[in-house]
Amino acid sequence: MLATEQLRLSAEIVELADRYGRDRCALMPILQTVQDRYNHISEFAMQEVANLLQIHPVEVYSVVTFYAFLKADTLGKFVIRLCRTISCDMQDKDKVARQLENELGIRFGETTPDGKFTLEWANCLGMCDQGPALLVNDQVFTQVDFAKVHDILEGCRRSFSVHPMPKGGH
Amino acid sequence: MSLLKKGPIFSSGILPDEGLKRALTLTRAEIISEVRESGLKGRGGAGFPTGVKWNLAAAARGEHKFVVCNADEGEPGTFKDRVLLTDYANLVFEGMTIAGKAIGSHQGILYLRGEYRYLLGQLEGVLDGRRKAGLLGQNILGKEGFNFDIEIRMGSGAYVCGEETALIESLEGHRGEPRNRPPFPVDTGYLGNPTTVNNVETLVLATAVLARGAQWFKAIGTDKSTGSKLFSVSGDCERPGVYEFPMGITIAQLLREVGGESAKAVQVGGASGTCVPASLFAQTLAFEGVPTGGSIIVFGPGRDMLKVARNFMEFFVEESCGQCTPCRYGNVALLQGIEKLEKGRCSMAHLNELLALGESMQLASKCGLGQTSPNAFIAIVKHFTDEILGRALPAQQA
Amino acid sequence: MPDRTHDSHQDSSRAPVSQRSHTVQAAHTETGIGAHVTVRLDGRDIKVPFGTTILDVARKAGVRIPTLCQHDDLCIAGVCRICVVEIEGMRTLQASCAYPVTQPITVNTHTRKVRQARRHILDLMLANHYGECYSCWRNQNCELQSLADEYGVDSFRFGHPEKPRYEKDTSSYAVIRDMNKCILCRRCVRTCIDLQEVGVLEAVDRGDKTSISTFMDKPLSEVICINCGQCINRCPTSALAANDPTDEVWEAIDDPKKHVVIQTAPSPRAAIAECFGMPAGTALTFELNTALKQCGFDRVFDTNFTADLTILEEGTELLKRLHAALVQKDPSATVPQFTSCSPGWVKYLEHFYPEMIPNLSSAKSPQQMFGAVIKTYYAKLHGIDPKDIVTVALMPCSAKKFECNRPEMCDSGFKDVDYGLTTREMAAMIKEAGIDLPRMPKTDFDSPFGSATGSGVIFGATGGVMEAALRTVIELVCGIKVENLFDHARVLPVRGFEGIKYAELPIGAVGPVPDILKGLFKDWEWLKRATLKVAVAHGTANAKKVLDDIKAGGKFAQCHFIEFMACPGGCIGGGGQPIPTSPEIRAARARAIYSEDEAYPVRKSHENPAVLQLYSDFLTDGPCGHLSHELLHTGYTARGKYIY
Ligand SMILES: Cc1cc2nc3c(=O)[nH]c(=O)nc-3n(C[C@H](O)[C@H](O)[C@H](O)COP(=O)(O)O)c2cc1C
Ligand code: SF4
Ligand code: SF4
Ligand code: SF4
Ligand code: SF4
Ligand code: FES
Ligand code: FES
Repeated sequence: MLATEQLRLSAEIVELADRYGRDRCALMPILQTVQDRYNHISEFAMQEVANLLQIHPVEVYSVVTFYAFLKADTLGKFVIRLCRTISCDMQDKDKVARQLENELGIRFGETTPDGKFTLEWANCLGMCDQGPALLVNDQVFTQVDFAKVHDILEGCRRSFSVHPMPKGGH
Repeated sequence: MSLLKKGPIFSSGILPDEGLKRALTLTRAEIISEVRESGLKGRGGAGFPTGVKWNLAAAARGEHKFVVCNADEGEPGTFKDRVLLTDYANLVFEGMTIAGKAIGSHQGILYLRGEYRYLLGQLEGVLDGRRKAGLLGQNILGKEGFNFDIEIRMGSGAYVCGEETALIESLEGHRGEPRNRPPFPVDTGYLGNPTTVNNVETLVLATAVLARGAQWFKAIGTDKSTGSKLFSVSGDCERPGVYEFPMGITIAQLLREVGGESAKAVQVGGASGTCVPASLFAQTLAFEGVPTGGSIIVFGPGRDMLKVARNFMEFFVEESCGQCTPCRYGNVALLQGIEKLEKGRCSMAHLNELLALGESMQLASKCGLGQTSPNAFIAIVKHFTDEILGRALPAQQA
Repeated sequence: MPDRTHDSHQDSSRAPVSQRSHTVQAAHTETGIGAHVTVRLDGRDIKVPFGTTILDVARKAGVRIPTLCQHDDLCIAGVCRICVVEIEGMRTLQASCAYPVTQPITVNTHTRKVRQARRHILDLMLANHYGECYSCWRNQNCELQSLADEYGVDSFRFGHPEKPRYEKDTSSYAVIRDMNKCILCRRCVRTCIDLQEVGVLEAVDRGDKTSISTFMDKPLSEVICINCGQCINRCPTSALAANDPTDEVWEAIDDPKKHVVIQTAPSPRAAIAECFGMPAGTALTFELNTALKQCGFDRVFDTNFTADLTILEEGTELLKRLHAALVQKDPSATVPQFTSCSPGWVKYLEHFYPEMIPNLSSAKSPQQMFGAVIKTYYAKLHGIDPKDIVTVALMPCSAKKFECNRPEMCDSGFKDVDYGLTTREMAAMIKEAGIDLPRMPKTDFDSPFGSATGSGVIFGATGGVMEAALRTVIELVCGIKVENLFDHARVLPVRGFEGIKYAELPIGAVGPVPDILKGLFKDWEWLKRATLKVAVAHGTANAKKVLDDIKAGGKFAQCHFIEFMACPGGCIGGGGQPIPTSPEIRAARARAIYSEDEAYPVRKSHENPAVLQLYSDFLTDGPCGHLSHELLHTGYTARGKYIY
């Protein structure tokens, strides 16, 4: 990471600590925000957070690795989380999974080389009556079928052309 | 999608904040005894009497007290809290405010699962509206000295955080690992303070109890399970969705309502609940019958029950917090057992050992997750022994 | 009197509440009847104070309940579940270590359900435990193995791993991690966070992927570990081990060209008997001398010699600092002075309070002083080429392994100390040589260093360095016998196991100043009517409290001299000591050390004849003189707490 980027990240984390507090209760909200903005929580970010909340870096890492939505490794700009729990499973989530893999050319747990998409499994999304269900970042999609997979991915791709990725992101 | 069928409570025409307004005319003890009298039991799964819980939190010594609304709804096949948060958010917050009044708390926290982040903006909007309307904040509805506000905190993808002490750990910035109990949250909860953790639906029902009175509420349902229940119905049925039925409805009745009469089994209470075969569909859905947090998953005649068991065990292997031995490794052992069954490599003796292991997990695990994760496996093995042991081997099996 | 307002470690507990002991609010009875409850345990009625855990009730009743995650030094975790018992009327079994009794209950400790659950828990652990006991250093000293024996494990009902799941981490000079042996009891986590406040280890991931790991799963050498080894001492299995140089030491012994010299520290001598089945608190100092010779060491020396040397060097440094600060008002003279003989503590300070490095005494630890003296003075005296000398140190400590590998520890022109051996490793060597240590005849230490003084011996217990220093300061500076102030020269205010101790010592008179210090100041009057303020802290969590207090300008900022030890209890509780450890075991070892002290004819460092000889023959410009600075003092590195 460049020194200037580090400085910016530090400043951001300080600002988050000012907003959420400097005790351990602020840990989750801070990490959630960092995850949101950067698609991961970097080694450096974890140490900054640990420093501000006066805990050990390994404690932050321990928390990050516990929660499915917090990641130390960079995820794609769009994280697609397909539900694999029972009701969606019974509604043929496997077919949706295969199509997602085909369309993106990656397997579950992977990120496309251009850094745009990550495929992940999720457990029950609370849309069991309308499965198969998936999340794209915060947005939920239900009754996903072949046609919908295509539309969803197209929608994501379109948003790239409207808001181009910042340069030098990796 | 909203409620597919409203039952006695949601169609009763209770006015907004009627319950809260009445609560403000009562003393704390009166509110609690009204709730206790109503027989309302927690809808989050464990079925603990809500009045008793509030009373314990009210009686516990502590400068600060907290009302936590458990909106971590993660039990597979459960989505009724999502519907409540979408369509009835005002009722949820009203219920929290009543709980605040009852136990003497000024601070409520709604713990919203990360998967429901898309509801956050809307919920914040409802909170703002309530603040503007004087339903939250200082001197609520003009009641001198009654201050209460609500903050929303997010989860980040961990089913176990629905367990109340894990939820509190998560709020405090830790891994969602359930605590030892005693002490219980009503004594030593969030930041060591007395805390009542209630399910979304419980709080909504509490507003009805306050609005219409305990007697009215008690008249619905059965003696031991008063009121109505929201059922999240999914799986092999014609009309999946959320239904309100009085407590005590039989499984067969419910299946008729949702178009699932041909089912060979029903999973009641989600992955951690139990699997009921068709022969037992006359059982009632109630605390004294088959208890449930509201999840009903219907298995049609063609379902492979071993595959169902596998899906459940994969869920628990993934979602166990990993803290205690029986659950961390026990779920894996059961899953491996299922793999052996699939391959036709599981002796009766080993199957019995696995059932015994399941019992040990139910008995010795630290929290409700490990105590219930073997339920489905045990029930499926018990009710579908023939299907499981006599199955054809996969073709490629050497 | 010792200051008892500072609590022991329990206070600083920062582990998640899920891993913390619980206080149960006292019963709400006006009459106080609720202060006790009666438990019916296996058919016997036992009355215990309200809130006692079932495990403690059982121990009181002499009923054994197996435990794994529970440790007397640590807060309760309740995670292994091996200690479950059945309480009448309860649906599930309860973890006895985590269940406080608040009402009369009936408990059964070995019903069918209990036995079955325990056996299953063991089966599950073994299904995930890669390795064989006969190739394991904890063979015969392993809590998991004992339980497998106790519960009649005769087969692996749920399998046994055929290949390792984790790579062994051998990056550290001090601690080796083999997570294939880990049963996730999390004692190491609670040790490192609660007792030591270092925070190296935590559980990462979840479910069956959970493992104990470091920040970003980095090798131990790349994260901030102070090498104290406290985690090793509390690990029930061989998942944590010290980095063992035994093979290299044997090799040196077997090499006829090498002159192999060993120094033994007092704490291992007071504890090694435990490795031979003897009760804690049996000192085998002189038996050990014989055994070491039989093992093939050419010379056996007493580390106490350099402990005494340390007192003179560090004491002189203290006087100089105080003079500079109090009399010359030199702003660069930093007071209080901190002891520097505990390498774990030194590294802790370098990482977490690098701005306080100026407070650290520049004196090396006794181990390192000895190494330097052996490869210079001793080599010259005996005409041995220092490159043929191999110096081994028997230490209670794993951090000493790191210390002797610090690049700056080569002031003799060679690696001052070649190998640090722990008590456990030494015991293994002695056993390998077929020597029955407790039955060895006694022999004395070798000259020219001889046996030292009682002051050197007590370095092993928390407060010992301070007591030794005070004995010397009182006599040298005040010119009175210590015995006049303290019965039998027992400086009680700095003894004992409180986490933090504080004492004040008014200096009434000054002088006559002994020859060795005469040159230090022209005028000694400045010390008169001063009050010496000292403090002692052990366990780095306690050190942290003192340091934070100093930073905030609290009462410890007014101190002149503070002793810090990384390990709870001091060196007797060091990370290289026999396993298990507990407050009782450490107290027994401390008793052995204090009684050894009383048996010494000479009990004050400045009276050690060999030390005085060294100053007159070799370090001729005296304590803190030129040569001693070169050989016996060192510098430190501001490491900071960022991990790159
Ligand atoms: C693994 C596990 C997950 C749980 N998840 C939820 C949940 O998502 N929502 C919920 O209300 N209760 C959940 N519970 C139950 C809570 O621990 C707690 O009993 C409940 O929130 C209390 O509210 P109630 O009394 O209103 O039912 C869960 C329990 C366990 C053991
Ligand atoms: S039962 Fe499972 S989820 Fe609960 S504490 Fe144990 S490992 Fe964690
Ligand atoms: S750790 Fe214990 S059980 Fe495991 S191999 Fe070593 S001695 Fe055996
Ligand atoms: S050696 Fe000490 S600092 Fe290092 S991990 Fe173990 S307890 Fe922590
Ligand atoms: S390394 Fe040892 S002390 Fe730490 S959790 Fe594993 S078995 Fe327990
Ligand atoms: S099972 Fe997929 S959303 Fe519930
Ligand atoms: S010793 Fe009680 S749970 Fe581990």
